[in-house]
Amino acid sequence: MKLDFRKSLAAAAVMAGLALAAAPAFAARTAEEPTGPAKGVRPVSGEFTFEGPRGQFDRGQLQRGYKVYKEVCSACHSMSLVHFRDLGAPGGPFYDPKYKNPNDNPVVKALAADVQVADIDTTTGDPIKRKGTPADAFPSPFPNAIAAAASNGGATPPDQSTLAKAREGGARYIYSLLMGYREPPAGLKVGPGQHYNPWFPGDVGSYWTGKGPVPKGGFIAMAPPLADNRVTYDDHTKATVAQEAADVAAFLEWASDPHAEQRKQTGWAVMLYLAILAALTYASYRAIWKNVSH
Amino acid sequence: MSDHESTYVPKTGIERWLDERLPIIRFGVDYATIPTPRNLNYWWTFGGILALCLVIQIVTGIVLAMHYTASADHAFDSVERIMRDVNWGWAIRYVHANGASMFFLAVYIHMARGLYYGSYKAPREMIWLLGCVIFLLMMMTAFMGYVLPWGQMSFHGAVVITNLLGAIPVVGPGILTWIQGGFAVDEPTLKRFFSLHYLLPFVIFGVVFLHLWALHQSSQNNPVGVLIPKERRKQDTLPFHPYFTVKDGFALVLFLMLFSVFVFFMPNALGHADNYIPANPLQTPPHIVPEWYLLPFYAMLRGIPDKFGGVVVMFASIGLLFALPWLDTSKVRSMRFRPAMRWFFIILLVVYFFLGWCGAHLPDEPVIPGVDGPDLFDGNLNSYLWLTRFLTAYYFGYFLVITPWMGLRETPLPVPEYVSSPVLSHDEKNG
Repeated sequence: MKLDFRKSLAAAAVMAGLALAAAPAFAARTAEEPTGPAKGVRPVSGEFTFEGPRGQFDRGQLQRGYKVYKEVCSACHSMSLVHFRDLGAPGGPFYDPKYKNPNDNPVVKALAADVQVADIDTTTGDPIKRKGTPADAFPSPFPNAIAAAASNGGATPPDQSTLAKAREGGARYIYSLLMGYREPPAGLKVGPGQHYNPWFPGDVGSYWTGKGPVPKGGFIAMAPPLADNRVTYDDHTKATVAQEAADVAAFLEWASDPHAEQRKQTGWAVMLYLAILAALTYASYRAIWKNVSH
Repeated sequence: MSDHESTYVPKTGIERWLDERLPIIRFGVDYATIPTPRNLNYWWTFGGILALCLVIQIVTGIVLAMHYTASADHAFDSVERIMRDVNWGWAIRYVHANGASMFFLAVYIHMARGLYYGSYKAPREMIWLLGCVIFLLMMMTAFMGYVLPWGQMSFHGAVVITNLLGAIPVVGPGILTWIQGGFAVDEPTLKRFFSLHYLLPFVIFGVVFLHLWALHQSSQNNPVGVLIPKERRKQDTLPFHPYFTVKDGFALVLFLMLFSVFVFFMPNALGHADNYIPANPLQTPPHIVPEWYLLPFYAMLRGIPDKFGGVVVMFASIGLLFALPWLDTSKVRSMRFRPAMRWFFIILLVVYFFLGWCGAHLPDEPVIPGVDGPDLFDGNLNSYLWLTRFLTAYYFGYFLVITPWMGLRETPLPVPEYVSSPVLSHDEKNG
């Protein structure tokens, strides 16, 4: 364990340097071919800024990722555990130290006000629609899972609140999947409404009549969701597919673990405290046992 | 050290008054000054570490229960709400979840220490038996705790494990329905698992008390393994406090550092990603696996072709631990002086590790990829199925054959008479 930790420390130092030097270049990378089983995914040769024990989210990337989620993903995927206020909480994409209470953050308020939320009129009891507030959760595109499946060729798009931590490989997997769509190899029969993706877990053996070993990957019901200039970034970043995929993967990582930055910062303080305590305890141990042969 | 004389002298009037009516301070002081073998090494610090693990689990668990909703419809979301919206909820939950792993890591080391140094042998059988009871209770508690977040692994793990009981002939199906609270794992199962998951740690706490009582009745073992006669107490023991509180304390802090690395920097590394998908009874995950600490037993379970047979073998693997004090025929406690047996023990540790390795793989997966071994009965020889069977055979062989046989046949090294003379005897051995 100790070794791993030292290694990750070194990796963190290297990464911090890389992140500074190579951040703009990062998004231009494309997914590599999967080499192992689909779960052990390491497609990004560079690193996300939030990886490793010292990693922090790139605030601009989270904001861009939110835009991709809002304009592309949220048409089909729910994210019911995330609230607008989370966007303005410490560590969130729109955190502003001026507004300790994220409900007061004007950006968050404006984003929330963009959506219509189902509610009940407090005087008449009639069902109504009202403007969203920061306290509201992200609205779901479908009233229930069956409706979602019915509109999506029979497959319910998974809720995205915990998606990044519910998939082995996390953000890297999501990035790879989004970048991984390709023409199926000759000899692979893809059913209607299905798409071949080498990163999607599955077994395509029974659809394979081509030469050589069965191709890795599976069939996914989701059509390739991203395209160049699918969104227009507010910070004028060029919206390539790779950029969009990296940004939304980062946003989903944040959404599934919104306190990750606080967790790591606390972790360093705890480690420092324990290191000092260990030194003191060891010194006490040596002092107390000084005259004891054992 | 039951005959340890009390050194407590009540100083104030209140203390004297209390000491006559409820000598609780005397009890505490006597406990803290108990004569402890001076040669205990760091393997002996895991008892204290385990006590802390239990306290951490109980304290974090009580706080989690304040926010958790034991209902099939809300359990998953309530755990996520703890992680997202409860102040420091992420820390409390990650400490609790990783705490289970740390608890098992420590208990495995603690048990391995007991096996190596023969801490289960007379007069310490009761300490060992109570320890085995604690281990069983821990496994039950951990399993039920893993069900509570009601993710995919929680649900389908609960289905697999409860269904084992259904394999018992005649009464099995009835017991299964009774345990599940219905004909499938559902709301009633979750509710009773929550209730029992809250109860059992306090039962563990009680058995730990008995474990310590038995420990102080028959005195602590030590790396040399010889009993310390009363007249040697002065030379061979030290009062527990401050000598061992400070030594245990140092080990404890190092252990907490390891713990913290997991909690703060890789909190989900020991879990399974699928458990962050809400439970869906209609969709079975492709590969159901328990948490790492139960994998060796899971492997043994699957290695037996018959379901009930698998259950019997799994429980027998723990039952053997209970029988160990009477299976071991050796007069020598510590394996320091049993060079041949030491090798069998090291192999046992390796076997146990690889049983866990097997439990994490599908039984028909090849161990060496790309090699097509010959078939034997129901599986390929180059598969985790057969590797599991060989390892299981060694595990059982170690306790049922090697331990009794070696005790009768081996020639142990000369054992020093007292704990403070091992260096001398060591020199004699080498010289």
